[in-house]
Amino acid sequence: MSISTTADAVIVGGGLVGVAIAYGLVQRGLDVVILDEGDVAFRASRGNFGLVWVQSKGVGMPAYAQWTRRSSDLWPEFAETVREDTGIDLQFSRNGGYQFCLSEKEFQDRVRMMDTLVEASGGTFTYEMMRRGELADRLPELGPDVVGASFSPHDGHVNSLRLFRAMHVGFQKHGGTYTPNSRVTDITRDGDGFRIATEKGDIYRSARVVLAAGNATRELAPMVGLEAPVSPQKGQILVTAKTSPFLDCPTAQLRQTGEGSVLIGDSKEESGFEDMTSPETIKMLADRAVATFPALQKVRVVRSWAALRVMTPDGFPVYGQSETHPGAFVACLHSGVTLAAAHVGPMADAIAGGGLPPSFESFSADRFNV
Amino acid sequence: MFKRHYSDPDVPTVTIRFEGEAIEARATDTVAAALLIAGVTATRTTPVTGQPRAPYCMMGVCFDCLMVIDGEGDRQACLVPVAEGMTVSRQNRTIEVVR
Repeated sequence: MSISTTADAVIVGGGLVGVAIAYGLVQRGLDVVILDEGDVAFRASRGNFGLVWVQSKGVGMPAYAQWTRRSSDLWPEFAETVREDTGIDLQFSRNGGYQFCLSEKEFQDRVRMMDTLVEASGGTFTYEMMRRGELADRLPELGPDVVGASFSPHDGHVNSLRLFRAMHVGFQKHGGTYTPNSRVTDITRDGDGFRIATEKGDIYRSARVVLAAGNATRELAPMVGLEAPVSPQKGQILVTAKTSPFLDCPTAQLRQTGEGSVLIGDSKEESGFEDMTSPETIKMLADRAVATFPALQKVRVVRSWAALRVMTPDGFPVYGQSETHPGAFVACLHSGVTLAAAHVGPMADAIAGGGLPPSFESFSADRFNV
Repeated sequence: MFKRHYSDPDVPTVTIRFEGEAIEARATDTVAAALLIAGVTATRTTPVTGQPRAPYCMMGVCFDCLMVIDGEGDRQACLVPVAEGMTVSRQNRTIEVVR
């Protein structure tokens, strides 16, 4: 049986990017429907590492460095607002973050990268390079192979599953409709708006459509005159048994959760639509973690998983609005956790209002067609 | 709190040490079962807040029975059979256990 539903906006994709924008839109009074795939989907949002991360983002695209920083600065108030609205504590903290260097070359490369970011941010990004001695005072468990680290006070972390759940709870609390098992098969123009068909044969009509379907957006974007040249990049994560707190802020490769588990990650593999863990990568992750904190050697690994990042050719987000199909937007990116605050706030403002501001032109997929 | 529902007379008795104290068990017991029958109520404390915990599911799923057994931390007491002379202690802050 097919149904026909009308909404102010249809969000295609119920992952972290889609639901954050949707949550922002319902708070601005729009009637919003999320159309999500079923459990067959590759769920980047359920395999997250949970960093709210600024350092290393945006080398080569100042607009991305600034957007990331803006979201990071919004995060503390965002986490508090979400807790008040949904009752869910996101376990957000922003004590800064480290990226460890295991050789002098890594250390010098890091200095250059951080300087590039300072330049891209117009001087608002701040960091410190710390040598081993200084680090060891702060982190008594640090291993002998660590040469130093970059430290940025803008970094933080969060329980990304709580975040994901809170976005859905908040979205539905404000009247949003979440519809799973509704893969979108067709989007066509319908007067000033859109007619969206799902594989079940249901029809949705809306003034706006936002494509936020992760790697599936590649197939959907051309239906509304947009492009989303994304492809999967596999990341694997290990989780240890809970240990007593020894690390009060995250690092790029490992972080300790509020419950005491240690998450170890940051592998990158181009392996297509396949999300299995592999012993080689798990060993590489474990070896690097033990080199950083030798005490982890005897902490048990209790789980591991893999998930697929949503990656553009240059690694930066694609945000865009269609010229041929006004009211159609695309938001396709890695870093849905870091950018959640920006998606609920300024991104939802733009989509609910007059469209993306001119400063978003550098995020257009047109940059790949030069 | 717990008592033995049935005891096979052919199963030998073994002695384990919990926090230095001798505890009599049956050779077919798991560490968790032996301790519960001996009246031990807290077998670990949580790593972050230090709250006491006891074995719960008794089938390897809940990870609430983690203990230090023969010097090795994070072992599931509900899955480890007792053995003569085994030493068992409460698991407190894990990262100190591994040092």
